Amino acid sequence: MQNGSEPRKHTIAVLVENRFGVLSRVAGLFSARGYNIESLSVGETLDPTVSRMTLVVRGDEFVIEQVIKQLHKLIDVIKVTDLSEENHVEREMILVKVNAERTFRAEILRIADIFRAKVVDVTPVTYTLEATGEESKMTAIIELLRPFGIQELVRTGKVAIARGSKSRTRKVDEKLGKAREPAPPLKEPARDIGFED
Amino acid sequence: MKLTGARIFLECLKREGVDIVFGLPGGAVLPIYDALYDFPGLRHILVRQEAAAGHAAEGYSRTTGRVGVALVTSGPAATNLVTALQDAYMDSIPIVAFTGQVPTHLIGNDAFQEADNVGITRSCTKHNFLVKDGNDLAPMIKEAFYIAATGRPGPVHVDLPKDVLVKEWLFEYPEKVHLRSYNPTYEGHPGQIKKAAKSILRAKRPVLYVGGGAISSDASEEVQRLAELTQIPVTTTLMGLGAFPSEHPLSLEMLGMHGTYYANMAVHNSDCLIAVGARFDDRVTGKVELFAPQAEIIHIDIDPSSISKNIKVHIPIVGDARRVLTKLVEEIEKEMREGVPSIVREARKQWAEQIADWRARFPLRYDWDDEVIKPQYVMQEISNLTRGEALIVTGVGQHQMWAAQYYRFKHPRAWCTSGGLGTMGYGLPTALGVQAAHPDRLVVNIDGDGSFVMNSQELATLYESRLPVKTVIINNGYHGMVRQWQEIIYKERYCAVDVSSGPDFVKLAEAYGCVGIRATKPSEVVPALEKAFSTPGPVVVDMMVDREEDVFPMVPAGGANKDMILERPNKEVKAKAAKSQTGF
Ligand SMILES: Cc1cc2nc3c(=O)[nH]c(=O)nc-3n(C[C@H](O)[C@H](O)[C@H](O)COP(=O)(O)OP(=O)(O)OC[C@H]3O[C@@H](n4cnc5c(N)ncnc54)[C@H](O)[C@@H]3O)c2cc1C
Ligand SMILES: Cc1ncc(C[n+]2csc(CCOP(=O)(O)OP(=O)(O)O)c2C)c(N)n1
Ligand SMILES: [Mg+2]
Repeated sequence: MQNGSEPRKHTIAVLVENRFGVLSRVAGLFSARGYNIESLSVGETLDPTVSRMTLVVRGDEFVIEQVIKQLHKLIDVIKVTDLSEENHVEREMILVKVNAERTFRAEILRIADIFRAKVVDVTPVTYTLEATGEESKMTAIIELLRPFGIQELVRTGKVAIARGSKSRTRKVDEKLGKAREPAPPLKEPARDIGFED
Repeated sequence: MKLTGARIFLECLKREGVDIVFGLPGGAVLPIYDALYDFPGLRHILVRQEAAAGHAAEGYSRTTGRVGVALVTSGPAATNLVTALQDAYMDSIPIVAFTGQVPTHLIGNDAFQEADNVGITRSCTKHNFLVKDGNDLAPMIKEAFYIAATGRPGPVHVDLPKDVLVKEWLFEYPEKVHLRSYNPTYEGHPGQIKKAAKSILRAKRPVLYVGGGAISSDASEEVQRLAELTQIPVTTTLMGLGAFPSEHPLSLEMLGMHGTYYANMAVHNSDCLIAVGARFDDRVTGKVELFAPQAEIIHIDIDPSSISKNIKVHIPIVGDARRVLTKLVEEIEKEMREGVPSIVREARKQWAEQIADWRARFPLRYDWDDEVIKPQYVMQEISNLTRGEALIVTGVGQHQMWAAQYYRFKHPRAWCTSGGLGTMGYGLPTALGVQAAHPDRLVVNIDGDGSFVMNSQELATLYESRLPVKTVIINNGYHGMVRQWQEIIYKERYCAVDVSSGPDFVKLAEAYGCVGIRATKPSEVVPALEKAFSTPGPVVVDMMVDREEDVFPMVPAGGANKDMILERPNKEVKAKAAKSQTGF
């Protein structure tokens, strides 16, 4: 349909039955309908029968409306949320293997430090860094490392969660009629490993 | 109770109320055929190509409202079935198709007759299942039938590995299905219904645009009530034919590319378009920016993804057409007690006059010829002789459009045609399924000479299974619809459309044990049809028609509906059409 708004990126959370073939159903939907998918990540939720996918899709409002409706239409899809419509947190992790000759080793470590990246592997001539954060931060660190010579770059694709006390997986269980026990308090305070907002 | 998977399969079908299965055996499903050998109460009809099993299931389903069932083996049989699955998917026809699969331990091994069946059918089914564990067999079959028939109906495919069919499993048929991820909406939103009622009552030039969803939801009585109560003219899509009687004074017949002038003009000029179970297909809308440009659009559809897909809808109502219309009529009746403003009443009268004027000036028409049979005339006579009471099936092409234009539809679920996919070869196997479901009714397959040969092997099934389908081949010796496009859009450069080399359809029919009749002159049309309809058993009528007749009116693809071509275009129009070269 035409006269849509300007295309922009949307982050969509999809809860699906954790079943054989469900990933190819979602991926197939995108290729069959010609939607552009920028990244997709999948993992189990607290309820092992449910997986959560985070999709980043570009499109105008009509395309995104269709994407959401078409996702809903898949039998194995339980819930679809356009997180871009609400306040949410997005993170991506990257692993980057960068050339680290003696003369540049200190500078690379400084950059890592600024971005709270960790060195996860070292050789005499390379560092492998792990960094987590928003897209803009990931782009920034990559750009800063590029001049040293990046050997290899791996990105997880985004994961995202809504802010506030609302839970998305809980709802699924309520629908099933088995309200979940409130989660036990964490024994240790959660460690902050991301780049702070 | 412990049973083999094959036996469990049959028990499940029985519990789903299945009475007929269309199929063709092979290695992977032999356990089922062995169990079928002495299984009572289930009729198996042996088709001659697997696509035919799928189409037959479609015909069975469309005309009964129940789920049709096909059963085929693995590999090549499953791939043969794909066309029918996509056909059913496009036209929202509920069928369940079962395929055999290599044993679970060989899956992925390039085993004999292995294909990634569920991988292949994923995009052409509403849902599909691979049964890897026999304990899932009964629940998955139950879910398959449930998913096919509920919500927006569609085909579901179940893949059955051979070892699952051979081994014994505990059998217990689930009473109910609960899928947390699948909850179709049936009741329309009351606020939206109220809004729609108000919009309808203030409209000065309203039109009802009724589609295949009105057939699926058995809503034709409700459509008629709404139309009569509010005196709104009704047009139907190709898939909606029969949802409203063609001869009703409010009927505008079909709209779209080959619809009537008055239907398209009414829609184009309307200020309130009420779409019921219709999906704004490009064959209907033509150029979208110019489709019903002044109308407030109300859209009743069970599938939210149909709404605002092609055309922006102002008042969407997600729900089952029949239930929503029932509520809508109640709401309108309530509002009408307050009286209808005289200004609206007056405008409506003018609207009716305007439509009557279009109808009178540009009716459906064709030139009569004393020597050559006009295909439109054949349709009129089929309509007359059957009094609109036959079950009609078609192939794809010009003959399909003439059938849609000239047959006088009286009832819903009496018309099967391949609308969304436009599958040539759909006619004969679908008619087979229709006849199997309605052994005592007259089933007429109006086919094209090009379409018919794509599945003519099914004459063997008709003969063997005593299915007295009457096929009328509109024989123009051409892939006529394609020839028409080449004529109008490609400067008469006819390329690869002449199929006049045959076969001799009378002899072909006889070779299969059927009766063949030929008509070559207009005076022979009625006698040939009468003879066909009164001869017991399957009959093929070879109607030798005007080779170069075209379907009009016509909206060139991508054009606006208001710019319909009403008759054979002159050079100027053809030159314009040649320039655009869009469509197909
Ligand atoms: C050669 C050729 C020429 C053609 N020319 C024309 C033409 O001139 N005019 C024309 O109209 N078509 C034409 N077609 C057919 C066209 O391609 C489409 O198939 C057709 O227009 C679609 O019909 P529909 O909108 O009724 O939708 P369908 O395909 O019948 O879809 C049904 C709709 O109803 C909804 N629905 C299903 N169940 C329910 C329910 N219970 N309650 C509410 N909604 C429900 C579905 O979600 C869907 O949106 C042509 C086809 C061919 C092959
Ligand atoms: C399987 C398939 N192949 C090709 C087409 C393209 N096509 C549409 S109509 C048509 C010609 C149909 O010829 P016929 O059945 O003789 O019908 P006619 O138009 O002559 O009435 C063709 C080739 C199609 N719709 N389906
Ligand atoms: Mg032909």
